Amino acid sequence: MSPDSTGLDAWVDVLSAVFMIVGATMSLGAAIGLLRFPDLLSRMHAATKPQVLGLFLLLASIGLQMRTWWVWPVLLVTWIFQLLTVPVSAHMVGRAGYRTKHLHRELLTSDELEAVVQKAAAKAAREDGSGDG
Amino acid sequence: MMQIVLAVTAVIFSLAAVGAIIRISRGPSLLDRVLATDVLLAILGGALCVDMAVNRHLNNLMLVVAISIIGFIGSVTVARFVADRREQPNES
Repeated sequence: MSPDSTGLDAWVDVLSAVFMIVGATMSLGAAIGLLRFPDLLSRMHAATKPQVLGLFLLLASIGLQMRTWWVWPVLLVTWIFQLLTVPVSAHMVGRAGYRTKHLHRELLTSDELEAVVQKAAAKAAREDGSGDG
Repeated sequence: MMQIVLAVTAVIFSLAAVGAIIRISRGPSLLDRVLATDVLLAILGGALCVDMAVNRHLNNLMLVVAISIIGFIGSVTVARFVADRREQPNES
């Protein structure tokens, strides 16, 4: 991917420019989603856009602009670590949001966690009762 | 062309950062603020990426790598210690 005069260079420039614009638009979409969505869980849906797809597009634009091969593994490592760590924080935030009831229940189509939580609460209550007696 | 792209992305990132900061200041809950802070960090990383791509240098690459590796720790820590102190539920 060395600079040449066959027009490939210009096309790589155009492709990376498109990647940059679209990647930046992901951030704008996340901000609009944060401002307009009604509760925490739907805001979390919007917040993942720049963290995964936006970062991928911008890292790809770096790789295209640098015109070297050795930078791609570093960019790949960056994206893979982002893919590994973003679900951790999303899981913790979503769990804390569910436990502290930061959600609009009428907007949920299904709530599979509720049965699990009630079962755990019933088990804890039963163990409390047997411990007292 | 790259300078035009830089200007356009700068405007878009600025608007996105303003939106995230508005959500941080308005809340209503702590978790919303944490989430908006995560988005602000992602916007910052994206802006660093665009700067590197347009100006063709790699000075900030390790910073982007570090953000992607340890950026989740803050929101995990805050989410671990959040508690429900609201008077009435579902006000968010």
